[in-house]
Amino acid sequence: MTYIAKPKFHHPGLKKNELGYTHRDYEGKISTLCAGCGHDSITASIIEACYELSIEPHRVAKISGIGCSSKTPDYFLGNSHGFNSVHGRMPSVLTGANLANRDLIYLGVSGDGDSASIGFGQFAHSIRRGVNMTYIVENNGVYGLTKGQFSATADRGSKSKKGVTNTDNAIDLVAIALQLGATFVARSFSGDKGQLVPLIAAAIGHKGASFIDVISPCIAFNNHAGSTKSFDYVREHNDAVNRLDVLVGRDPIAVDYAPGTVQVVEQHDGSKIALRKIDADYDPHDRLGAQTFLAKHAAKGQIVTGLLYVDPDAEDLHEHLNTVETPLNTLEADTLCPGSAVLDKINASLR
Amino acid sequence: MKPTDIAAPDYFHKVVDCQWACPAHTPVPEYIRLIAQGRYSDAYMINWKSNVFPGILGRTCDRPCEPACRRGRVEETPVAICRLKRVAADFKDDIKQRLPRPAPKNGKRIALVGGGPASLTVARDLAPLGYRCTVFDGDPDAGGMMRSQIPKFRLPNSVIDEETGYILNLGVEFKGGHRIESMKSLLAEKYDAIFVGSGAPRGRELDIPGRKEAAANIHIGIEWLANVSFGHVDKIGKRVIVLGGGNTAMDCCRTARRLGGETVKVVVRSGFEEMKASPWEKEDALHEDIPILNYMVPVAFKHVAGKLIGVTFQKVKAEYDAKGRRNLVPSGEPDETIVCDDVLVAVGQENAFPWIEQDCGIEFDKWHMPKVDPKTFASTNPKVFFGGDAAFGPKNIIWAVAHGHDAALSIHKMLSGEDITERPLPEVQISSQKMGIHEWSYDNDISVDKRFKVPHRDKVVALKDIRAEVELGYDVKLALGEAHRCLNCDVQTVFSTSLCIECDACADICPMDCITFTNNGEENDLRQRLKAPSPHPDQDLYVSSDLKTGRVMVKDEDVCLHCGLCAERCPTGAWDMQKYFIDMTHAGSTCPTKSRSAA
Repeated sequence: MTYIAKPKFHHPGLKKNELGYTHRDYEGKISTLCAGCGHDSITASIIEACYELSIEPHRVAKISGIGCSSKTPDYFLGNSHGFNSVHGRMPSVLTGANLANRDLIYLGVSGDGDSASIGFGQFAHSIRRGVNMTYIVENNGVYGLTKGQFSATADRGSKSKKGVTNTDNAIDLVAIALQLGATFVARSFSGDKGQLVPLIAAAIGHKGASFIDVISPCIAFNNHAGSTKSFDYVREHNDAVNRLDVLVGRDPIAVDYAPGTVQVVEQHDGSKIALRKIDADYDPHDRLGAQTFLAKHAAKGQIVTGLLYVDPDAEDLHEHLNTVETPLNTLEADTLCPGSAVLDKINASLR
Repeated sequence: MKPTDIAAPDYFHKVVDCQWACPAHTPVPEYIRLIAQGRYSDAYMINWKSNVFPGILGRTCDRPCEPACRRGRVEETPVAICRLKRVAADFKDDIKQRLPRPAPKNGKRIALVGGGPASLTVARDLAPLGYRCTVFDGDPDAGGMMRSQIPKFRLPNSVIDEETGYILNLGVEFKGGHRIESMKSLLAEKYDAIFVGSGAPRGRELDIPGRKEAAANIHIGIEWLANVSFGHVDKIGKRVIVLGGGNTAMDCCRTARRLGGETVKVVVRSGFEEMKASPWEKEDALHEDIPILNYMVPVAFKHVAGKLIGVTFQKVKAEYDAKGRRNLVPSGEPDETIVCDDVLVAVGQENAFPWIEQDCGIEFDKWHMPKVDPKTFASTNPKVFFGGDAAFGPKNIIWAVAHGHDAALSIHKMLSGEDITERPLPEVQISSQKMGIHEWSYDNDISVDKRFKVPHRDKVVALKDIRAEVELGYDVKLALGEAHRCLNCDVQTVFSTSLCIECDACADICPMDCITFTNNGEENDLRQRLKAPSPHPDQDLYVSSDLKTGRVMVKDEDVCLHCGLCAERCPTGAWDMQKYFIDMTHAGSTCPTKSRSAA
C-alpha cells in the first residue's frame, strides 16, 4: 500500500464539469488495496462516471459490506454519505436507507464473497424488490483478504494460484439478477474503462434495480494461468455484445471503438443511452433471450459483457409500495402523526 | 510514434528541465536534495564542478533554470533554485581539502586574456591537468565584470575573493594590472594556446544633442559602476536619470540611490514588460523607490553653461506590423523634460578588440566580432580560442562558464593531439531508487508550499551603506522548506513494456493524468488523445513499444510530479523510479571516470 497522500496538484488543463468540478474532486482517500488491483480501476470508473454526470457528491450514498471490494467506497467520492455495513448486509442497509430517503443516489458496492456467499440472500431480495440503486459487484473469484480461496463465483475447473482445481459450480450473479427481475443488468471488465464508465453512468440514470457484475482480476491471488478471472483470460474470452455512450444533454462519454449500428434507449430520468451493437442479433430488451444467450456463451467458456438487459420503463420499490414523494426522513411530526381525528376516521372506515 | 529511446543521453536530460536549461548543465535536483539533507558541502561541490562560482552565481545568476522549472507549470512559481545554490555556499564547511591539488606541470603554457568567469573556468579545468595557466587582467584583482560591474550590495568582495581564490590556488598565475595591448606580441610569446575571455568591455554611447556639452554629468553605466566598485566615485547628484532597461541599468539606479541620489528614475524606450532586466531585478529597484518610466525615447540632454539640467524625451507607443514586429512610433503627446543633476547611460554593451591586429590570423565578421566555432570555441587561428562575452557578445556569467568548459576541453584535446571537433558524450548513470516495497531513496511526498521569500536587509539600513548586502539569504529552515518544493525531476519514471499487464493502476493513480494507454499514432494525433490536454509540444511524449493488447503506453512528461505513485501502484514493477545523473564532459574526463555523484 502507498503511504503518502496523493498530491493535491492536478493537471492545469483539466476539464471541469457543469458543477465546476474536475474528476479529481470526485476522489476519496488513497487506495490501500494491493498495487494493480482491478478494484482500483472500478473506483476510477465510478469517479469518471460521477464526474461526467456532474453529480453533486453530497447527493450520493455509497454503501458496502466487507471485503476488498467493500473497502473501495473510501477511495471515491470523499464528500458523499457512506456506510460500511456488516458482511453481506449491504443490500439490506441500502434498502433501508433508500426507503428513508428516496432522494439520494444509491451506490451499493460489493464483492463476490459479500454478494454470492454470505450475502446471497440479501442480494437476491434487494434485486427482487426493485430497489432503486446501482449495485456493483467487484468480482474476482477469490477471497483475497484470506489469501485466495475460491469464492462462489469461481468457475468450475479453474485453477487456484497453488494449482488446485475448483470442483464446485459457479454462481453467475448476472444470470441470477436477470432471473430475479433486475431491470438493468450488465457485465463488464475492470480492464476496459471504455465499456465500464458508460455502463456505470447509465446504471446511475436507471430507475430501478441496476446490477453490474464487473470482473476484476485479483493481482495477488487470481491472475495466473488456469484462472478464468485473470487479465489475460478475460481479454481473450471477452465477448462484448454492445458498447454504449450515455447522453445527458451534453457531450457523450466518448469511447473509442469502431462505429456500428446504434440503438438509442431513453431512460426514465431523460438521459439517453446510445448502444453501439457489436452482436447485431442481440436484443437488450429481451430478458428471456438474454438468459439463453448468457447460458449458451457460458457453456462455450465465453464471458459475455455489455448491457445485457434494460427495461427503460421500470418501476422501483417506492412505486410498488406507493410511498409518499417526500423522503420519509423529512416528514414532520404533524404529517406522520396527524392526530386522533384522522385515526378515528381510519378506524371508522375499517369497521 | 516510434518507441522512445531512453538510452539516448538527451532524452532524460530534457526531462530535468532546469539542468537542460542551465548552460553549464548543473545537476540541480541532485544538489537540492543534498541541501535538504543538510549536506551543504556536498551540494557546493556538485555546483563547483559544473558552474565554478556557486557563491557568486547563487547571488547573481540570470537563472535560465527557473523559468524552465517544472514546478512553474504545476503551480505559480518555480523553485528558488538560484537562492538555494547560495545556501550551499553559505552553509558549507571548509571545502579546500576537496579541491584538486596543483598538478605537476606538463610543460604546456596557456595564456588567458581577461580575469573574468570565462578565463577562470578555463584555468580551473586546465590547471589540475598540469597546464601552466597565466591570466592577464587590467584590474588588480581577479573576477572581471563580477568584481567591477556588479555592485557590492549584491555581491560582496569576500565571495569573489573566495571563489576566484580556489582557482588561483590551483597554481594559476594571475597578472593583475597587466592589460594585454597586442595580440601579436602575445602570440610572439609562444604560448601553446591563448584563450580570450576579455568580455564586452565597452558601454554603448548615446549620441544625442547635448552629449558633449554636458559630458561632465553624463556617465557610461558600466564604467561608472567600475569606478564605484574601485572607490574612484563615491557620490552622485540628488536627482539622477538612468537611461536603459537592462540589468546594468538596475545596478546603476540602485547604486545611485546609495551614493546620494534621492530622486532616481529609470527611463526606458520600450514598455515595462519588454525590458531586458530580469523581473526580480526590476522588483528590487521598485522596492527601493525607483520609478521606471516607459515608452520614452531620450532626444536631447538639456544644459545651461556647460551644466546638465535635464533630459528631454519623446513619448512613443508600440505598434505591431503584419509580421508581429514591434515598432516604437511617436504617440503625438508633447515631449517631456525631466530635470536632473546626473545621467547614467546603460543602453547596452559592445565588444571591442582594438588590441587584436588584423594580421594575427583571427578573422572577424561584418559586425566586428571574431569568427568563433560555437562548439569548439576556436577562432580561425587554431591556437586562439574565445569564450564568454568576448565570443558572441554580452550574455551572462553562467554562459561564460559554459563556454569556458567547452574551450578548455578543446584546448586539452588540441594539445593532446586529438581532433577538437570530436566532442565526447557525457557520462550518464541511471539507477533504481527503490528501497522497499513502497519506499524510495528520495522524498516523494510532494510539498504544496508556495515559494519562500528570501529575507532582505531593512531598506533604510541597506540604502545607507553601499557595501551592505541587501539579500540575507535563506536560513536553514527556509532553505529546507524551499528544497522540499523541488520535484526531483532527475528521478525518472522508467517503463518496461514486457512487464506491463495493462491493469491501468498507474493511469488511475497518476495525480497529473500524465499516463494514457491507447492505440499508437502520429505525434499530433496522439497528443489529441491523451487523458489530459498537452499544451506544451516541446515537452516529450514517452511512448512504449506495443503492449499485449496492441496499445501503447504514452506518458506526457510535461507536468509529471515524479511522485513515484505510478511505480508504487504497479504490481509488476513495469514502472521504476530511477535516478538519472549526467556528468558533462570537461577537460580531462575524455575517458569516462567514476562519477562524483554523491547520493
